[in-house]
This record gives sequence, C-alpha cells and structure tokens, in this order.
Amino acid sequence: MSSADFQPKIVGFLCNWCSYAGADLAGTSRTKYEPSIRIIRVMCSGRVDPTFVLEAFNRGADGVCVIGCHFGDCHYLEGNYKAARRMELLKNMLKQFGIEEGRFRFDMASASEGDRFAQIVNEMTEEVKKLGPYVKYEGAIS
Amino acid sequence: MAKLKVAGYWASSCGGCEIATLEIGANIVKLAELADIVFWPCIVDGKYKDVEAMTDGEIDLCLFNGAIQNEENEHQAKVLRAKSKVMVAYGSCSYEGCIPGLANVANQEQIFDRVFVSCPSVDNPDKVIPQTSYQAPEGELTLPKIYDTVRPLAAVIDVDYFVPGCPPTGEQTWAVLEAVVTGNLPAKGSIVGAGTRALCDECKRNKEEKKVKKFYRTHQIMPDPDRCLLEQGLLCAGLATREGCGALCPAAGMPCTGCYGPPDGVVDQGAKFMSAVASIVDSNDPAEIAVILDDIKDPIGTFYRYSLPSSILRRVQIK
Ligand code: SF4
Ligand code: SF4
Ligand code: FES
Repeated sequence: MSSADFQPKIVGFLCNWCSYAGADLAGTSRTKYEPSIRIIRVMCSGRVDPTFVLEAFNRGADGVCVIGCHFGDCHYLEGNYKAARRMELLKNMLKQFGIEEGRFRFDMASASEGDRFAQIVNEMTEEVKKLGPYVKYEGAIS
Repeated sequence: MAKLKVAGYWASSCGGCEIATLEIGANIVKLAELADIVFWPCIVDGKYKDVEAMTDGEIDLCLFNGAIQNEENEHQAKVLRAKSKVMVAYGSCSYEGCIPGLANVANQEQIFDRVFVSCPSVDNPDKVIPQTSYQAPEGELTLPKIYDTVRPLAAVIDVDYFVPGCPPTGEQTWAVLEAVVTGNLPAKGSIVGAGTRALCDECKRNKEEKKVKKFYRTHQIMPDPDRCLLEQGLLCAGLATREGCGALCPAAGMPCTGCYGPPDGVVDQGAKFMSAVASIVDSNDPAEIAVILDDIKDPIGTFYRYSLPSSILRRVQIK
C-alpha cells in the first residue's frame, strides 16, 4: 500500500454528554471530516481504562483518541480530571513502549463544538498518515 | 501406593524459585516419602536424554520455573509437557515473564550489544558475541538461539496450573504438592495457592485518603510505619496485585512491586497499576499533573516489573 492510499484506523473514545454529542452535531451539520475514526461511546472520559487504549492498539488501531468534556463541564464533575491524569501517565508510558506520540491524543470537545471535533479528527488523521500504519513488532521467536 | 514421579526445570529465571521450594521446610521429608525426583537440574543429577527416553505422561508433576527466552527453554518445555501429567507454571517467570521478561524492552541484537560490547565495564574491542555454532578443532560447539521476545510458559505449551510469586511462598508450593498427592486437583487453569482479591485487602496498613502531590522512590523517605504506603507517595502495587503472600513487603516497610501478578478480573496488571497511581494525583491542573507524573522515570519497569510478556502489548516496539 502506498502511503498516499493509507487511510488510518483511529479509535475514538467519546463521552456521552459532550464529545459524542459534538460528533453528532458534526454529522447533523454535515461537517466534512476524515472517515478514519471509529467511535466508541463511553459514559464519561473518566470511564476510559488505559487497558482500552492498549487493547485498541493491540487489535489494529493506527491511532487512539480519548475525547471528553471541557474541564468544569463533566457530567460527573470530576471524571475528566481523572482522565487527564491517567492519560498523561499513559502518554509517557506509550512513548516508552515505542508508540509514537502522534498516535495517541487526549482532548476535549463540547456538545456544541462539532467543528472542533472534526478538527481533532482531521489533525490526528494527518499525523497518523505521516507515521504510517501501526505495525506490531513481534521479533524472532523461533 | 506407588511413589509419585516429580520433575522440576528452570528456563529463563534467576534460580530463586529452586531455593524457594526448600521453604516447604520439614515437609521435604514427607515429600521424599511420597515422591521420587526424576529430573531437576538444580537439585539432582539428570540428563536430557533420560527425560526424552521416558514414556508420555510418565511424570506425575512438573514444576516448571522460568520464562521462555531461548530455543532450549522452548524445547525443554515441550518435552516436559509431553512427559508430565500435571504441568505447573511455577513462579512469576513462567507464569507471566517476570524480570527476565523485561528484556522485551529490547531485542536480541540490542541485548547482545549492551551485554557484550557497549556496557562500560566490558572490554571487547573485537566485538566478540556468542554464536549459535562454532567450529572448534575438536568439532562443532553449539549454543541455543536467544529470541527477540520473552514469552510466558503458557504461550508455548498447555499449562495446567499457575503458581504466582517471585518467588512463591513455601505454603503455596506445599499446596500444589499436596493437591497432586491427594488427587484433589482444582479446575484446570487455576491459580493455586493465592487469593482472588487485591493485595490491599490483606494489607494491615491504615487506609485514609489517597491524594498525592509527589511520588518518591523508596530511598527518598522514611514512611510512616502504619499508614498505606501509596498514600505516602510510594509506588505500591497493592491495588493491582493478587493477594496471597500476606502483604509481606508493605509489612516490612517496602511497597509491593506486584510479584503475584494481577488479581481476578484484571487483564493487564501494568495498566491497572498505572491507572490507580495516576488517579490519586492531587491536582486538576494539566501542567502540574505532568510535573508530578514526570517523577515516574521508568513506567514500564515500574508498572510491568513482572508482567510485561503477558501484558496486552507484550513488548516494546522496535523499528
Ligand atoms: S497500596 Fe500497598 S500499602 Fe497501601 S493498602 Fe495497598 S498494599 Fe497496603
Ligand atoms: S508484597 Fe507484593 S512484591 Fe511483596 S511478596 Fe507480596 S506480591 Fe510480591
Ligand atoms: S461526562 Fe464528558 S468527560 Fe465526564
């Protein structure tokens, strides 16, 4: 596959109350954005266990993003602060795992920010396209 | 009753598990009455060909410690599997990869370079590194090939039971031996001799509020003797570790590093541990959060100290 044809698979964990509604708005407003994202709706970004992100990479995602409400807007008050802490440490850890920074992103979009959601997806797609597919290194085991 | 036939083996491990088997104490006399040790390189003299000559299923119990890092480890695991009725992954290395499994941050080439060439205490101007085959005047000499990736035992053969721990405690070892002797075997695939919950449940330290502004390494503070260590900023793995050892390390003032592996319901011990640590950071400001978490210099070595080869990602990516 030439890099020009490469259409990344990006798994996006979006919270029910803000970012998912934002993605919905992008859709109903017919905002154009890259068809790379596979959205998984969670109740809150605080629900995203780092295990989910690792599993997404393990199962073939080229990039993963977690998008929640803006600080102060989380439906469960503190969920996105928790997520911010976890995703920061996860980011450091993924780097050590040799997974490039551009493949993982934690961000925020409100229910009225369909454009912002589209922009996050477009930016990320661009970056992951530059990095190419995430090919798992297994090493020789025989 | 005919005497049981017991075997033991060490693959990629430190040898501590062999010593730990002696912690069954006086029960060793009972073991000698009930069983013959037919093969166990560290303990009795024996040859590979003796094992290969056995009929399939001839050995009643094999306690296999060590991870699979080279050709010989893998070959021996397969031979012993065929010859043994009950195969036990004994100790953290064979159960989940453990310290040898941290080799998965590199590959074979990088490890050889580090160990034999670039390590500051090594003087090797000709860059001589081990070969799998060498033609000596007397004939060919061979060494097993080292793999790029360390795997737990169950990734290579079918395993009946798992005994966690680095190393397992004497009571656990005896529990396995007794189960085989009495024929009172648990369900296949069980983790033997440990509980199901997290270590914090059996830890006697007082749990108050978990909010941490700064993480410390063990040499940096004298922790309060009674309070939860994690609450004091020490990276204790209790929340992400299976109970069973009796919380030995926290009782001695040292944070648990996670040697019993994940408790029931946890897929990836490192992810669970890092998630727990991050959630207790006492700040809502992204910049400050980043500074606090930046003190954790080696996330893989800290959170996956025993479980990297059996984790979701299994190893570091190398281009
Ligand atoms: S985190 Fe460690 S010290 Fe605290 S309760 Fe759990 S095992 Fe004990
Ligand atoms: S406290 Fe943790 S590291 Fe120490 S023996 Fe128990 S499980 Fe292992
Ligand atoms: S509900 Fe959106 S981040 Fe918590």
